[in-house]
Amino acid sequence: MRGAIPLLVALFTGIAIAQTPAGPDLDARLKRLETELRCLVCQNQTLADSNAPLAEDLRKEVRALAVSGKSDAEIKQYLVARYGDFVLYQPPLQSNTWLLWIGPFALLAGGAAIWYAIVRRRKRGGDDDDEPPSSGPSPDEAVARARQIIYEEP
Amino acid sequence: MKTWRLILPLAVFVILLGFLWVGLSLDPREVPSPLIGKPAPSFTLATLHEPSKTLTGEDMKGQVWLLNVWASWCVSCRAEHPLLMQLARSNIVPVVGLDYKDKPDEGRAWLKENGDPYRVSIVDRDGRVGIDFGVYGVPETFVVDKQGVIRYKQIGPVTAEALEKKILPLVRDLQKS
Repeated sequence: MRGAIPLLVALFTGIAIAQTPAGPDLDARLKRLETELRCLVCQNQTLADSNAPLAEDLRKEVRALAVSGKSDAEIKQYLVARYGDFVLYQPPLQSNTWLLWIGPFALLAGGAAIWYAIVRRRKRGGDDDDEPPSSGPSPDEAVARARQIIYEEP
Repeated sequence: MKTWRLILPLAVFVILLGFLWVGLSLDPREVPSPLIGKPAPSFTLATLHEPSKTLTGEDMKGQVWLLNVWASWCVSCRAEHPLLMQLARSNIVPVVGLDYKDKPDEGRAWLKENGDPYRVSIVDRDGRVGIDFGVYGVPETFVVDKQGVIRYKQIGPVTAEALEKKILPLVRDLQKS
């Protein structure tokens, strides 16, 4: 019985030593990596979130690669070579994705340009459909008229 | 100026409609494989019927062949199975079956029950070769040319349409070259 305690201690420290390459650092790294990778079976889940058998296999694969000393970039490259760019949650900036990356900014710039053009034209007092007609009742008169119609004031 | 203003939103709307229309006919489950045009990943796997024998990709070189990924637990494999049987009878192209993440005796029993369309069946017990081939949804079918290059990948069950319009014309083309 007395021999059991050192044995237990040896057992636990042994486990701890055996797990050093797979310690909390690696776990944190894998966790982060897995959230950047897509599960192809359930496409709107990351590898970390998915319970699909393939996701399990890929997590194992990613862990094995990480333990063998591969960098994050190498691990991603390994998966991209097999499953395509779609496994990456953040699409890479390359020729077939530039529209995806630039598009929203281009739309924003276009919208700003149109807005600027309209504002400038209004300031200049140029012909604009949205401009109130210069002739006709003044705002005060219009309000009075509206009041008359709504409340049927005489 | 006025007509331009009227037409522009309409034009934008029509373009958007075009994109949405095309989007409707796309299947987001079908992820194009980066392996097309690349040499098939090398593998050495035990055959299903004679576990002591192995098959490698090299063994299939010099001929056009199909790799069909299936499993006894795979429901939609049953849907494509009659077509594969028909293909096997026609003797146009050899089909290698990759029994993916399956228990070999269940795989054998399944083939006994439903018929065996495969020239050879190999067993990928842990799915490692499946990962190398980028398999993510069984069944999948690859067309491999004489040089061992993957030319086409069918994701999901082989349909009569896919077989007639894509796979068989491609196979005939590759066999001529």
